[in-house]
Amino acid sequence: MYTFSKKLKTFAFVLMLIGVAGIIYGFIKAPKDLAEVKANLIEQAHDGHGEHHVSAADHAVSDAHFDHHAEHVYGQLKNKPWTALYVGCIFVMLVSVGILVFHGINYAASAGWSPVLFRVMEGLSAYILPGSIIFFILLLLSVYGIGGNHLFIWADKDVVEADAIIKGKEGYLNAPFFIIRAIIFLGGWNLYRIYMRKQSLALDASGDLVYHKKMFKASAGFLAFFIVTESMASWDWIMSIDTHWYSTLFGWYVFASFFVTAITTIAFVTLYLKSKGYMDFVNTSHIHDLAKFMFGLSIFWTYLWFSQFMLQWYSNIPEEVTYFIFRIQEFNLPFFGMLVLNFVLPLLLLINTDFKRLTWIVVMAGVCIIIGHYIDFYLMIAPGTVGGSWFIGAAEIGSLLFFIGLFILVGFSEIAKAPLLAKNNPLIEESKHFHY
Amino acid sequence: MSNKVIYAIYNDDDVLLDAVKETKAAEHHIEEIYTPFPVHGLDKAMGLKPTRIAICAFLYGLVGLAFGTFMMYYIMIIDWPQDIGGKPSMSFIQNMPAFVPIMFEMTVLFSAHLMVLTFFMRSKLWPFKEAENPDVRTTDDHFLMEVALKGDEDSAIEFFKKTGAVEVKVIEK
Repeated sequence: MYTFSKKLKTFAFVLMLIGVAGIIYGFIKAPKDLAEVKANLIEQAHDGHGEHHVSAADHAVSDAHFDHHAEHVYGQLKNKPWTALYVGCIFVMLVSVGILVFHGINYAASAGWSPVLFRVMEGLSAYILPGSIIFFILLLLSVYGIGGNHLFIWADKDVVEADAIIKGKEGYLNAPFFIIRAIIFLGGWNLYRIYMRKQSLALDASGDLVYHKKMFKASAGFLAFFIVTESMASWDWIMSIDTHWYSTLFGWYVFASFFVTAITTIAFVTLYLKSKGYMDFVNTSHIHDLAKFMFGLSIFWTYLWFSQFMLQWYSNIPEEVTYFIFRIQEFNLPFFGMLVLNFVLPLLLLINTDFKRLTWIVVMAGVCIIIGHYIDFYLMIAPGTVGGSWFIGAAEIGSLLFFIGLFILVGFSEIAKAPLLAKNNPLIEESKHFHY
Repeated sequence: MSNKVIYAIYNDDDVLLDAVKETKAAEHHIEEIYTPFPVHGLDKAMGLKPTRIAICAFLYGLVGLAFGTFMMYYIMIIDWPQDIGGKPSMSFIQNMPAFVPIMFEMTVLFSAHLMVLTFFMRSKLWPFKEAENPDVRTTDDHFLMEVALKGDEDSAIEFFKKTGAVEVKVIEK
């Protein structure tokens, strides 16, 4: 039985405190009114283009343009702290959903290697409840534009009236339906997770295989429910930010991104618990299998990324390709840097069989994957909300740290509530002796 | 004496694996094992060196990637540049995303085919090659372990019977 160590608890609280400080700093730093933005823009122009003199005539012509630009930047900067919060929140929440799905897949497939890791997955997926509550509140604030939060332009009545394309999507993209969908998605996932945990503990207590069968059936059903809801959720929560743009494989793409991060997280927590001596029944073959998933899914993610990119790049249709042109122009470093972090480094680090068993290699590749996929989520969301005024600074990192801290706190408290070995699972012996 | 070998025949792969371990422990020299299908973990139990075919695969892949890159560069940029989708083929790097699938496929093609050829050459397999199986049942449902005879013949037969062999033969080679 694992006890949540004081050290780790303190670490989680420190992360959350730093995170809150970063988030608050982000909100304080956001401009209060248009005048402040204009002053900043003029200052920046003077700083950046000291040698470049604008004549008085030019100035008069560009005044109207300047006002328009300043208003635009003001909107982006007001969105910036909300974006920071939103990206961190949805990323960590979906990672815990990914852990739940991995548990579900292993259960529905009756996988023989993984039951020794089930308690880690069950524990970590406990974050879904608090995570989705916070996320749901954020969605409400965004859709109803509270606190200068305009992440979803389709939620703004004036924008919709002036835009024929968004107007055409109003039947699907409207606030009440959006909120109802979010309740169904998040509610469904939470119900499955609570049900599974209950059955799992009952199986442990009684050894009655009825519970195992119930979990097997629930998992199969959940996976079918999940792949539909996840796909729609990714349209709602991420793709609808770039309201004009669409991609038909977006659901898969988002799924690959958080799923590979979820498996990395499972590997990290397993390695941590093993190093503390709580999981001696986990051998290097289990780590090897997790690393294989990290490796394979990194390539799967790249395959989807490339499929999405290449088709739109090649066909060069204006309403599609602007999505990528904007990212390459304004987000060049993270856009290509994330490919190195999410594809090149995991590929080279994890391609060797023996390397997949070495803790430090798995940790190194895992750190690349987690940072890379955070940037991936940032790049899916921020270009549509903060545009060219983006910066990954205190607010963004703070938000990520806050949610990671909360994740550790909730996840490890739940892990500490039950024995780390699901001893009555019928496949547990096979899993213990799993050897590759 | 030294050119005599024992054929110990088994009808289960798990029994065979245990027998291999016992044989190794008794310091008999296993010359070869014939199985109808690949037995997982047999190479480790026999103490064979790990295969180096992965290194070959990687190198062949690099050759394929280089060939694919060169091929697309020659075809699309040098020899017959075209303007496809408003993207004139003037520079390799700007048109590269369109060539990635071909470069990838070339990598896989080279890696896979050359790996198979390497495997055939290393295992001395070629068309019209005579089968080396000492017993036809090893292509169906039996496993045959060929062991160099060490010491007394009767005690050796006794030993292999004990390891679970359904049949033990001594053959003059």
